[in-house]
Amino acid sequence: MYLSKRWLADFVAVKDTDKNFAEALTLSGSKVEGYEVEGSEFENIVVGKIDSIEKHPDADNLWVCSVDIGESTPLQIVTGAQNLTVGDIIPVAKDNSVISGGKRIKAGELRGVKSEGMLCSIAELGLTLHDFPYAVEDGIFILGDDCDKTLGLDIRDAIGLNDTIVEFEITSNRPDCLSVVGLAREVAATYDLPFEVETPVVKNGIENVADYLKVDIEVPETCYRYVGGVVKNARIAPSPRWMRERLRASGVRPINNIVDITNYVMLEYGQPMHAFDLRFLEGNHVIVRNAVAGETITTLDGEERELTSDIMVIADAKKPVAVAGVMGGEYSGIMDDTKTIVFESACFNGPSVRRAAKALGMRTESSSRFEKQLNPDDCNRVLTRALELVQLLDAGDVVSGVVDRYVSPVKANTLPFDPEWTNKFIGINISADKQAKILRRIGFSVENGIVTIPTFRNDVTHQADLSEEIARFYGYNNIPSHALSGIANASLTKRQSFNALLEKLAISSGLSEVQSFSFVSPKDYDKICLPSDSTLRDFVVILNPLGEDTSVMRTSSMPSMLSVLARNYNNRNESALLFELATVYKSNGLEELPDENQELVIGMYGKDTDYYVLKGIIEEILYRCGISDYDITAVTKCPVFHPGRCGKILINEKEVAILGEVHPQVLTNYEIETRAYMACIDVEYLFNIANLERVYKALPKFPATTYDLAFVVEKTLPVLTLQKTIVNASGENLESIELFDVYEGTQVGEGKKSVAFNLKFRSAKRTLTDEECNLAINAAIEAAEGIGAVLRS
Amino acid sequence: MKEQLNAMRSNATAELATVTSLSELDAVRIKYLGKKGELTAVLKQMGGLSAEERPIIGQAANDVRQYITDEIEAKTASLKMEGLNARLATESIDVSMPGKRKVLGHRHPLSIVLDEVKDIFMGMGFSIAQGPEVEWDYYNFEALNIPADHPARDTQDTFYITDKMLLRTQTSPCQIRVMETTKPPLRIIAPGRVFRSDAVDATHSPLFHQIEGLVVDEGITMAELKGTLEAFAKRLYGPETKTRFRPHHFPFTEPSCEVDISCFKCGGKGCPMCKNEGWIEILGGGMVHPQVLQNGGIDPVKYSGFAFGIGLERIVMFRFGLDDMRLLYENDIRFLEQF
Repeated sequence: MYLSKRWLADFVAVKDTDKNFAEALTLSGSKVEGYEVEGSEFENIVVGKIDSIEKHPDADNLWVCSVDIGESTPLQIVTGAQNLTVGDIIPVAKDNSVISGGKRIKAGELRGVKSEGMLCSIAELGLTLHDFPYAVEDGIFILGDDCDKTLGLDIRDAIGLNDTIVEFEITSNRPDCLSVVGLAREVAATYDLPFEVETPVVKNGIENVADYLKVDIEVPETCYRYVGGVVKNARIAPSPRWMRERLRASGVRPINNIVDITNYVMLEYGQPMHAFDLRFLEGNHVIVRNAVAGETITTLDGEERELTSDIMVIADAKKPVAVAGVMGGEYSGIMDDTKTIVFESACFNGPSVRRAAKALGMRTESSSRFEKQLNPDDCNRVLTRALELVQLLDAGDVVSGVVDRYVSPVKANTLPFDPEWTNKFIGINISADKQAKILRRIGFSVENGIVTIPTFRNDVTHQADLSEEIARFYGYNNIPSHALSGIANASLTKRQSFNALLEKLAISSGLSEVQSFSFVSPKDYDKICLPSDSTLRDFVVILNPLGEDTSVMRTSSMPSMLSVLARNYNNRNESALLFELATVYKSNGLEELPDENQELVIGMYGKDTDYYVLKGIIEEILYRCGISDYDITAVTKCPVFHPGRCGKILINEKEVAILGEVHPQVLTNYEIETRAYMACIDVEYLFNIANLERVYKALPKFPATTYDLAFVVEKTLPVLTLQKTIVNASGENLESIELFDVYEGTQVGEGKKSVAFNLKFRSAKRTLTDEECNLAINAAIEAAEGIGAVLRS
Repeated sequence: MKEQLNAMRSNATAELATVTSLSELDAVRIKYLGKKGELTAVLKQMGGLSAEERPIIGQAANDVRQYITDEIEAKTASLKMEGLNARLATESIDVSMPGKRKVLGHRHPLSIVLDEVKDIFMGMGFSIAQGPEVEWDYYNFEALNIPADHPARDTQDTFYITDKMLLRTQTSPCQIRVMETTKPPLRIIAPGRVFRSDAVDATHSPLFHQIEGLVVDEGITMAELKGTLEAFAKRLYGPETKTRFRPHHFPFTEPSCEVDISCFKCGGKGCPMCKNEGWIEILGGGMVHPQVLQNGGIDPVKYSGFAFGIGLERIVMFRFGLDDMRLLYENDIRFLEQF
């Protein structure tokens, strides 16, 4: 909302600097986004008069003017404009002046003739023909009688380009502040100044409006009131300068007197108006009703729109002429030959207007005001103001009276006046008197312990709302500050701590954290080559996504990680080692919320990455989670991964993680031209099986005995199988077993490999004898031979 | 014999002076002090001495033994030191060469600042709550005094799953969920992802993070709201930070406020960072609307509360001087490694 301070001065006389004004209003609840002094970029532009014009001696299209700017000697200025005659009053940019766009003008020579400045066009003053309809586009702006023609006067003062425009952010609960009157009330309350709005008056109307207009409201639940007035013998013309400049300052383009009046009144009172040509109102009858399904209307923007039965229209005897509160029909506007005009000031149900605007896809200035619920009590005053302005501007002959159908009168809210409640709620101590005074300043009445809320403030419905009114004029910054008292137990839940642990482990493992979007493209699941019947394609689907890229909630964190790897690869980063603690969404149909589970996804490519680096990280995570007993099996059929380089980790036969080298086809789909590795851990399951309790075990007192054992086995035999066989056979004194060599080559034969372990035996009770150790070793060897291993000697 | 001993002393001295290694030194020791050494030979002749001479010569012999032993010990120490010095001299390295770093990963900037915010509030006794990201319209809007067709819905362009299910546009639904399951006194923050239908640009993202706060107890007033948020601002931005509370409107708090802090770049004088206002908006909040308490199953006559919401991206961007929000979700390793 742009507020003209000149307009504001009609209602409240506030004397303060712009900066202080902005701060005071911001702190009382009307947030100032900024303010601008019109024409502030201009320097040294004054009013001048053409004393003489002569042809430039060396240029056919140039003129040499003598310009009187009220100083002792006139200026000589060369111009290329062809619209000047002697005696014209014009804007003169003197030597060292600044015109629109910050362009600096200096004295100089044009084709050898001295020029001491420049004569300005309307555009060079930052204005358009809408601001001064009598100006020309391709010539000098010749000031009309609506300007101050004092020679030498600053041009801004001469043409009224000297307002201050304040921009407010108005919250959706305060449609009353989308108006000069509403803001003036706030200003007056903020500065505790008197505030009054004069009641508009129409004098000496002709004939009787009832002979011209009949109004019926068929839908009193959504159209609360309709007030109509008629103007005959319309004299369409530009509006006067004062009105044009106020509209301009408010960000509205002046059109003609009738249209300008409707906009002016809307800006002044906050209530949209509509003016239309009586010629096109069949039967001179306004009917407010719901549209008949299938009915169409061509709106002012030239588009034909099909209506549904829940859209309210303003209709005549035959057809809809406007979508109520949203937009008029194409023939309903004001044309150059319009003679008789109907002015409409109506009030509709906010949600109903909002739904209609949304359904038709056209949010307008009008609908955005109506949907915040305007005040039907204001309709008549607004209409009368418009008719008053018609008379003031002599834009036509006002027909006597108005047609007023107020079918659903609004009731003023009342609340008990309870100053104690407010003091307790806000944490202040303001007397009842002072509280009542504040409320009266903003138009509330306080009598006999009852607060009556004016109908333009139907946002106030609760004691808490009254407290806010008092708090904001008392000043939020005058309310004391207290620390919270009492005891509170703040600690992370076990689940929250577990996430923190995983993040620490990942970072300690050299992985950097990423944050990727929760929504992905369904096509990502083609890129990871998932079969079309995969349950991972059972998405939570967004009805109104920004685009396909972000249209479904992810069911797996792997596409997100691959996208991040791809972006890094594409950005020519040599290597990347990344992780994300990512939420995935498992649909439970449309009647239940989805399950939101977390996955720890790890992705890497580049220097020092391979399958075993990845596996090592996962082993360390499992170890730190207190998990030592798990199986890992090869996965050959997961389309995301290389069929020979993928494994899954099982605990109690349930998968807790999958890890592997990304399938070359998937890499191709992501345009990653290097090997990449990825793992995905089910965090919910890992948390359930993690054992984070630690119990101290005595440090060993007796020496250990170590043995190395090497076996030749089938190449396909997993090392873990052999290792588990050895461990199971080695007895309770086996302290640790460690793989230290795997060898394939001619020495062990085709299809075979040699696998060497280091075994360490120790007892907590005594030094083990050679005999005991040998027994264990022999048992281990025998067990290994049982699965086809041959001991290497 | 006395002369013999004197000669032995001076010979040993001379020989020790020329010794350059531990093995040579050992040879000297054996030569004089060994079982078949010269001193032993002298002592063996003691039997032939008179009773008067014996203690004198014995004493002299012991002196010589002590002398040579001491000298050998001293020589041993100095040879060892020389040897050590020689080794050290050969072992010098280029201390400027790069170390063998154990490269750790980097925490995402959003997480770094979120951790700080959590620490600050946990220090004030707040627990951490969580709620679903795919949420019911009821929790996200209706229970927060935003019925269907309410204009406040416009400021939060919503992604819908069905007409009743949506991606939460704010962390505020956590307020209702916490109130429904926990009895006052309540003191929680609820950080998390929120979603709005905003196209990606330097300052917008369809996904971003908020941190909701909620306190409900008997006798909670705006003074506690102010005290808590002022303490938060000082902890996050430094003890000199000033705060300013401005009236605002949120349907689920009343009175509502927005909170500005004095610009941490210019200290409030005005600069491009704060658009010359001297103040930077960091959060919104207010007293929980009594109707919202009731919607959460809490008696608004007995209890009151305050709530607030902080935009995490905004404070992260201020903290690290980021000018483009997209960097946070692009996850370029060159970006991540800076934190």
